[in-house]
Amino acid sequence: MMLQPLSLAACAIVLLLLTAGSASLYRGNRRLMIMFSFALASVASLLATIAGIWTVGSEMTVKGILPIGLPDLPFHVRFDPLAGYFFTIIGLLALFVSVYSIGYVQGIPANRPVTSLIIFYCLFLAGMFMVILADDALFFLVAWEVMAGASYFLVLFEHERQENRKAAFLYLVVAHIGAIAILLAFGVLAGIATPGSFSGYTFDAMRGAEIPDLWATVAFFLVFFGFAAKAGVVPLHVWLPEAHPVAPSNVSALMSGVMLKTAIYGIVRVTFDLIHTFPWWWGAIVLTLGLISAVMGVLYALMQHDLKRLLAYHSVENIGIILIGIGLAMIFTSFELPMLAALAFIAGLYHTMNHAIFKGLLFMGAGSVLHATGERNMEEMGGLIHRMPWTSALFLIGCVAISALPPLNGFVSEWLTFQAFLLSPSLPAPIMQLLIPMGAAMLALTGALAAACFVKAFGVTFLGHWRGHHHPHVHEADWPMRIGMLSAALTCVCLGIFPVVYINWMDILAKQFVGSSISSSAAAYGWLWLTPVSPERASYSGTTVFLGILGVVVAVYLLLHVRPGAIRRVPIWDCGFEKLNARMQYTATSFSMPIRRIFGHLFSIREEVSLAPQTAHKAFPKRLQYHLRVVDRVWNWMYRPVVDVCFWLSRQVGRLQQGRIQAYLIYSFVTILVLLVFAS
Amino acid sequence: MSFYYLFVELLQVVLLLALAPVFLGWVRMVKCWAQGRTSAGLFQPYRDLAKLFAKEVLLAENASWIFRFTPYLVFGTAVLAGAIVPIITVDLPLSPSADVIVIIGLFAIARFFTALAGMDIGTAFGGMGSSREMMIASLAEPAMLMAIFTVSLANKSTSLSQIVQVICTTGASIKPSLAFALLAFVLIALAETGRVPVDNPATHLELTMIHEAMILEYSGRHLALIEWASAMKLFLFVSIGIAAFAPWGIALANEMLSLPLALLFLVLKFAVAGVGIVLIETGLAKMRIFRVPEFLGAAFMLATLGMLSFFILD
Repeated sequence: MMLQPLSLAACAIVLLLLTAGSASLYRGNRRLMIMFSFALASVASLLATIAGIWTVGSEMTVKGILPIGLPDLPFHVRFDPLAGYFFTIIGLLALFVSVYSIGYVQGIPANRPVTSLIIFYCLFLAGMFMVILADDALFFLVAWEVMAGASYFLVLFEHERQENRKAAFLYLVVAHIGAIAILLAFGVLAGIATPGSFSGYTFDAMRGAEIPDLWATVAFFLVFFGFAAKAGVVPLHVWLPEAHPVAPSNVSALMSGVMLKTAIYGIVRVTFDLIHTFPWWWGAIVLTLGLISAVMGVLYALMQHDLKRLLAYHSVENIGIILIGIGLAMIFTSFELPMLAALAFIAGLYHTMNHAIFKGLLFMGAGSVLHATGERNMEEMGGLIHRMPWTSALFLIGCVAISALPPLNGFVSEWLTFQAFLLSPSLPAPIMQLLIPMGAAMLALTGALAAACFVKAFGVTFLGHWRGHHHPHVHEADWPMRIGMLSAALTCVCLGIFPVVYINWMDILAKQFVGSSISSSAAAYGWLWLTPVSPERASYSGTTVFLGILGVVVAVYLLLHVRPGAIRRVPIWDCGFEKLNARMQYTATSFSMPIRRIFGHLFSIREEVSLAPQTAHKAFPKRLQYHLRVVDRVWNWMYRPVVDVCFWLSRQVGRLQQGRIQAYLIYSFVTILVLLVFAS
Repeated sequence: MSFYYLFVELLQVVLLLALAPVFLGWVRMVKCWAQGRTSAGLFQPYRDLAKLFAKEVLLAENASWIFRFTPYLVFGTAVLAGAIVPIITVDLPLSPSADVIVIIGLFAIARFFTALAGMDIGTAFGGMGSSREMMIASLAEPAMLMAIFTVSLANKSTSLSQIVQVICTTGASIKPSLAFALLAFVLIALAETGRVPVDNPATHLELTMIHEAMILEYSGRHLALIEWASAMKLFLFVSIGIAAFAPWGIALANEMLSLPLALLFLVLKFAVAGVGIVLIETGLAKMRIFRVPEFLGAAFMLATLGMLSFFILD
């Protein structure tokens, strides 16, 4: 049999399942088990990446029917460029994270069993790959549940803490509400594709069906709700900053980096592939929610002082940016502007890849910090750059990339999104004339706030002096962890300075789903110049910018060091006060105070200053205590009422439970009567 | 021909490096005149730079590599931006490598690292400066982008060279959107370059400084590079303003002979711009830090209005 991408992909999944199955066999030797399992997971991820790159590059579509599934309802698989693209994203990050995990999981205290972590880690990866491969509703939902279930157990890894159990429960509830919506949407599509039979459950049947507008709208909004709950779109995001930080850091990297992307995949697959014709206002809604998620995500991130929570809120922001691209692509497609739609589509999918890589890198970095200090609270950190040079340098690359600064990768995708906004003509819908400029403004605001947030995250964690009260023995990450982070950082740099090569490769997606491509114009001037439409409109060369900055920096450095320049190390200038200590530094809370003040009405903030009772001699001034609580308003506005209603309903239903057998017999009798009346 | 391109590229970088301190000196000189003081002369910034370059570097004990790397990076981005913004001609071989969004991005990366350097030493001043600078930037940068977007929509390009070319060949068009954009641009340029109503470049008064607070620990050649770069930043913002709103006189594509004339225009426009900055600076008092968001919010609204009116009216 000829080697095909699909068989490679299948090998990867089978290998992952085997790894999961065999993990418990060599439980006696923990060290060997960790190394062997994660090495196998890395190999599987590498296979998946190759399969993905191959499929997108060769632009081929392979279909297959698996001999498993329900009787008469076998599982269908399909490996087309879109699936290949997401395979590449997931495979690449999974490869980096699996290598990183070899070191990270070794460092988990020896009294905690890690077998379950390895098993669910492999199942989780296999679930994500299967979601992408699935070509029918049944297999899709099965894979979706495997992914959600495995990640639930991963979130629950440190289950002795109550907050982790709560977070995992919240995650499970939201994941299942989303899954129900997706199930219903597939039901609508399948029911219309072949009424009265089950054969409509394949995606091929749904693709071919003529769906009436009303039902298409119902299906789209159900599916969008379901995937938005998974992706953490505001206002369905509250589970995300709870669940992602409490998982082990390698799992957080995967959840934030790629699990959210399966929801993006779902939205693209259902909208552009299964439903494929849609009115512009769907796109407007996607765009609006994307904008709200982007701005609110970054504002909430700014308020955090838990490093991993901060990163989790940034996932909300970046999912928003991706949806801005997808929403614009939907709008332009329905107004029949395929060229612009292709640009926005590519921008959104480019950002999908970028976010996976830099968010993975940042979570891995946060994991190293957590590993070294045992601390997630930034207010207790500082000065780690001296003791963790590798981690800090690589984390810094992630920070620059996510802040959309040139010449790294985050900038390229935001630049493309800006170009899509700027190229938009006056659209016939009046509301769009408002939404396009406002959208560009909000995207610009998001980028600038993200930069502020990452100055805070990096500055407070790695720079200055150690702020904590206890002084742990901080050590640098070990080699597998460094290699995992280093490869992610290099990928960020490459995606930033060779955008044309990357866009050429992925352009088939735009051709297939929005009917136009931008590679002919984007790469018209060679690999060095990115010209999305024409060189007169806009052009960018990441390589030149990178080399230009590097050249000037090196030249100036050499010029100034022709003579050996004297550097004298001196104590910090303390204004003659002489009693500077580490607690006088700016903290994460004080750093974000100006922004908290400006955007204060968006949060519910409770600030308390209290005088602590005197402990020392009364000649010493009283100690002040400052408490700050910033709460997500969405929680109070949306979730609290729902929770309250659920409890109220349960109590009302509880009244039926009399505890007397006569009452229950009457219930049964009434039920039978009602059924008889309706059945006859 | 390629020799000509290389020549103008080098000429422009040299002009930027040479004229930026002079322009700063000019602004200070006019300011002295306006306030009835005797000025130190047009070339005082050069003397300051020379003095700083000659001095030894005092480095705080716990300064990391970020602190030492930042001056070079800040200088590097300013020089690269100067090689791209059309100051005297649009015929720059590097101009296609970055459009105006990238140029704003270059300033952003310089600011990102300056803010990190401010936090590196671990004093309250550095952190305060970084926090305030990022707060101001997070409002000023989007407003800046919006003002520039309005111009690029009107000229159908985000490349500054192309914008200059289009305005100069098709003639000016007076549009309400451009008026909004210009007003917003002026407000933001004052904030971005740390001029008076937002920040005071001359102050070392502890609680009012922003940019100065971040770079308080710098000395010697590091400080010289940062000071030079911030002079270039001021120069470049005026150049961007000129390119976007009043580009007449900049040598167009394949116009070698108008270079001397372009130089003359450059000097004239900068002389006028310097007087304008001084008028604003002497006419206004520095704002309290929490009035700045209102100032920048107004600029952001103006810029957004400009873009809205472009979509609705034009």
